[in-house]
Amino acid sequence: MGELLLELFSEEIPARMQSRAKDDLARLLGDGLRAAGLEFTGISSFATPRRLTAVVEGLPARSPDVREEKKGPRVDAPDAAIQGFVKAAGLKSIKDAETREDKKGSYYVALLEHAGRPTADVIAEIVPEIIGNFPWPKSMRWGSGKLRWVRPLHSILCLLDGKTVPFAIDGIQSGDETRGHRFMAPKPFRVRSFRDYVQKLKDAFVVLDGAERASLILDGARKAAKMEGLTLVEDEALLAENAGLTEWPVVLMGTFDDAFLEVPPEVLATSMKAHQRAFSLKKGDDLANRFIVVANLDAEDGGKAIIAGNERVIAARLADAKFFFDQDRKASLEDWVPKLKDIVFHEKLGNQYERVQRIRMLAREIAPLVGADPDLAERAAILAKADLLSGMVGEFPELQGVMGRYYALDQQEDPIVADAIAAHYKPLGPTDDVPREPGAIAVALADKLDMLVGFWAIDEKPTGSKDPYALRRAALGVIRLVLERGSRLNLMNLLETQLNNFKPGARGHVRWGGREVEQRNVDLLTFFADRLKVHLREQGAPHDLIDAVFALGGQDDLLMIVRRVEALGRFLETEDGANLLAGTKRAINILRIEEKKDDRTYDQPPDPNLFKRPQEKALAKAVDEVEQAAAAAVANEDFEAAMAAMVLLRTPVDEFFDTVTVNATEPELRENRLRLLNRVRATTQTVADFSKIEG
Amino acid sequence: MSKLTKPVRAEAPLSFQDLILRLERYWADQGCVILQPYDMEMGAGTFHPATTLRSLGSKPWRAAYVQPTRRPKDGRYGENPNRLQHYYQFQVILKPSPPDIQDLYLESLVAIGINPKNHDIRFVEDDWESPTLGAWGLGWEVWCDGMEVSQFTYFQQVGGFDCDPVAGELTYGLERLAMYVQGVDRVYDLNFNGRDSKDRVTYGDVFLQAEQEYSRYNFEYADTALLLDQFRAAETECQALLERGDSGERHLMALPAYDQAIKASHIFNLLDARGVISVTERQAYILRVRDLAKACCAAWLKTEAGGAANG
Repeated sequence: MGELLLELFSEEIPARMQSRAKDDLARLLGDGLRAAGLEFTGISSFATPRRLTAVVEGLPARSPDVREEKKGPRVDAPDAAIQGFVKAAGLKSIKDAETREDKKGSYYVALLEHAGRPTADVIAEIVPEIIGNFPWPKSMRWGSGKLRWVRPLHSILCLLDGKTVPFAIDGIQSGDETRGHRFMAPKPFRVRSFRDYVQKLKDAFVVLDGAERASLILDGARKAAKMEGLTLVEDEALLAENAGLTEWPVVLMGTFDDAFLEVPPEVLATSMKAHQRAFSLKKGDDLANRFIVVANLDAEDGGKAIIAGNERVIAARLADAKFFFDQDRKASLEDWVPKLKDIVFHEKLGNQYERVQRIRMLAREIAPLVGADPDLAERAAILAKADLLSGMVGEFPELQGVMGRYYALDQQEDPIVADAIAAHYKPLGPTDDVPREPGAIAVALADKLDMLVGFWAIDEKPTGSKDPYALRRAALGVIRLVLERGSRLNLMNLLETQLNNFKPGARGHVRWGGREVEQRNVDLLTFFADRLKVHLREQGAPHDLIDAVFALGGQDDLLMIVRRVEALGRFLETEDGANLLAGTKRAINILRIEEKKDDRTYDQPPDPNLFKRPQEKALAKAVDEVEQAAAAAVANEDFEAAMAAMVLLRTPVDEFFDTVTVNATEPELRENRLRLLNRVRATTQTVADFSKIEG
Repeated sequence: MSKLTKPVRAEAPLSFQDLILRLERYWADQGCVILQPYDMEMGAGTFHPATTLRSLGSKPWRAAYVQPTRRPKDGRYGENPNRLQHYYQFQVILKPSPPDIQDLYLESLVAIGINPKNHDIRFVEDDWESPTLGAWGLGWEVWCDGMEVSQFTYFQQVGGFDCDPVAGELTYGLERLAMYVQGVDRVYDLNFNGRDSKDRVTYGDVFLQAEQEYSRYNFEYADTALLLDQFRAAETECQALLERGDSGERHLMALPAYDQAIKASHIFNLLDARGVISVTERQAYILRVRDLAKACCAAWLKTEAGGAANG
């Protein structure tokens, strides 16, 4: 069985693109081979800064022969049609076609044999196609050529069972040669197989597998740290980037002046990472005055010059950082607040100063609902964005909030205020920490709700994969703040208040939960429901029941919605629950059909005098009792009890359907029974809209 | 390897001027035209017509030159160890970009005493875009032991026109490179002429006073009303030359017109440093300069050096 080895050797591929590119190469190559009828047993791919490589195992020598029958015209068809068929099927004359019979007579059939092709021929056809259409996020031309690649492509190694598969693309002829490390082994060498390739690369100072490079770096860095009694501050993204910047990673440790340790550790770590892709180290809980860089070679002098050079660059960078830190502390956060007017938040939503004013009022309103001190929450909101004007955040935007906290502490703000400034952007994603302190929770909620209401006010909502303002993340942030910190918020009230800060909408008002609210806020609440579903699905919790609860209308307390969904989920898992669901859905379906047929509703109470059977009376009685009990339990927010009450409906519903014909021939009996079913529907709606539940 | 490109070991580090001389010699040996700085203020060596305009059109072109670079906003009154409102770039442009351009570049580092077997040289993704020139390209910043020493760009578009063939552009930050080679932490301490004791001339001797004076001018004293007039004058003159030089098939004044675009761009930088341009106006000014630059590039393509067919 055959082995295909393909290497695309180029100038330095950006680290962030390597992983996608290697997956794309395996996918495109695999698809191309299979489409040509070439099945194989395995495919893997690799990327380094200078090469993309794929290896396919277990390929046949040829693609299979394929027989095709092509149906032609009737034997008595006009000559033009027959000649057309001869041409289209590639026959010499119509004598080469067979004739077949069907009910209507005889017709021609051409039997076409597509002979399989040598695998090498197929490869020589599909590889240039893949190269020419490779999905790089950004690609370029070079020299006088027409080909596009991520950076200039220099050579193509393409071997099938050790033999070169010949083809050329834009003047690059495939071959059996590659090169090793740019500086340590630049000479070209020949390759015979994948095994040979991997070994020769290693001898030429190239570790082909990115995962192997990453683990070399991680192990080396941990070991180096341990030798000095330090621990490595691990950072997966930084590790991946370093693995993508090196073919032969060598871990080196350097030192900086410990006078810099008076600068906040986040600043030092960010500066070293951003400018030099360096890892920081800790001694106990504190940052150490050491760093780790990953060089791309074994230097002849053992790395002395490289360490010295990096130490000098880091010293200059940290001196810059210290300068910003000292300068920034000469001003106060208040000084920067009015300057927020110069920073546009969004062209239709005004500047950051206006935004801060809105967040401030909202944080004050939310504070008592989450157990925070309104004055502290408001103070934190006022100062929350001030650090955007600091020199440090200008240099390192990722330190927003973090610097605000340091500067707040420096000017003797309440620690609650300082911490809330740092935490108000959180959570930044599904795995980021959610603030715990009530003041921080209030500001974090206000920040996100203001953003959501604002963008809904100007109709800038996420669509498909486009979410440039990270509004899904903001909504998820609100959801996690509410659920994980057990906050009770009636969102609609907050949305309605906040929307008053924006221009009146053209969308108008709608009925919602027994009052008039802005259509845009109903839309936003639906968006929350969708994000809640996604969130619960990711948590492995019941999520398909959310619609059943939202459909009740007037539901905007996310915590209670989830509690109710959970209780409902547990109830439906019981036999009683599943059974009642089936019965209720039957009732609802019948009602829906009959209501449509008659073009009317049956929402008047049933007449007890028209009950002909004991099962009708029993159901009517059960419905009244259950409704009262469930409503009382819901009012107490005891959803378990509400579900327990529902159980009493099961037997009467079952027995009703077993013995009573709803669509009785007597019109008044039919109407009365439909009214009774309507009572069943209404009663179950105390806890959820069962018609929205699947199953 | 020629004699001149052998690794320089056991030698005193290069002076600032020797660094320039070595680079010029090296690139002259690669067939480059060694030009002198363009005689106008500009924010980057890329603005030199030898790069901006010559990167367009089908004609091959190889040039190298030092370009004094003015960034009024970066002035620090001579107090910052490595920020300057006036500094030097060494610029190389190779059109079409040769297949061994990376090797040529690395050899140039060897020529100035950086041995890649003892230093960690990396090509780190850095895509280049100049909004004022309507230009972009893909490439890297080149790191030496964690410090950015050059920009390396394959031009894809200039003035909104596709570069075909593609030019490779190399930009060396000379002060930074010299600080690295000499092991100096403050730019003003660079040895400029390579002499010792009383014959030694430092970068500070040459430029410190200028940094202080120009910082005052850039941030405090430049007459903004006058500058606004000058901006409009340059814009008007550029547009007039573009119109009057256009004979249909050919353009007869692309270069003088482009000078006015360079001038407008520098005046905008001065106004920006004086803090009289608001965030929203800023974008509008950039667009005005870009329109001039684009029109000049279009005019250039109608000239002989721009590759227009004889006619």
